[in-house]
Amino acid sequence: MPIQYYIYFCLTLFSIGVIGVLTRRNAIIVFMCIELMLNAVNLLLVAFSKMHHGAALASNAATTAGIDGQLFVFFIMVVAAAEVSVGLAIIVMMYRSTHSVDINFLNRLKN
Amino acid sequence: MNVVQILFFILSALAIFGSIMVLLSKNPVHSVLWLITVFFAISGHYILLNAQFLAIVNLIVYAGAIMVLFLFVIMLMNLNADAEPRKHLWMKLAGIISGGCFLMVLVSLIRQTTELTGKTALMKEGNIGLIKNLGKALFNDYVVPFEISSVLFLSAMVGAVVIGKKD
Repeated sequence: MPIQYYIYFCLTLFSIGVIGVLTRRNAIIVFMCIELMLNAVNLLLVAFSKMHHGAALASNAATTAGIDGQLFVFFIMVVAAAEVSVGLAIIVMMYRSTHSVDINFLNRLKN
Repeated sequence: MNVVQILFFILSALAIFGSIMVLLSKNPVHSVLWLITVFFAISGHYILLNAQFLAIVNLIVYAGAIMVLFLFVIMLMNLNADAEPRKHLWMKLAGIISGGCFLMVLVSLIRQTTELTGKTALMKEGNIGLIKNLGKALFNDYVVPFEISSVLFLSAMVGAVVIGKKD
């Protein structure tokens, strides 16, 4: 599969995530759109990893070129899991104090 | 057009439709369910690229753990469809136009690059995505980041408990 198809697909997913962050006001939906952007980047990293692996496989049959990209994706997933737990705790705390999940309450962090 | 290309286009269409429905649904629970659909489609892409370990981890961590956490929080807050305050129409239009401009700029940039012409991603072949090779690389070259990520998890756990604690 040409690598451009993967790039266009991941750019579309990333842009949909950006549009979601810009247009929605529910803090949980905004957070979900950030997860969508992270997943688009993950898929593109794996596609590039397979691209380099395919190029290196032509000369050396036992090469592991491109395995770093897949490990980066693994670490991105690890960091995303930690980020979601802290972020949802912050949203719950915000809901408890304002009884709303509107992100416009966050433009004035005082009180 | 072989079966891999057909599967690629079906999964891409499913993922894009699901992500648009995440934005369009009024009910946050429906958004979470559509996002799970998107994650399944992306896992299908990983399987097409023969990255089997990442496909399973994506399903377990994202579609399993993280989305259940989202559902749990949404049901804890008892949000319904009309709880979300409406944004002005022109604000939504400005967001869509700026996001579309972002997409247009990046697509035209990719169309002009000559380095990418003729490059293909290796489909359903290659064994770097198997758990044996990934495990070898993870525990030989990436031991220190692996251990640091355990410290990150511990600090995230402590932080979530401290933030979420009722004071």
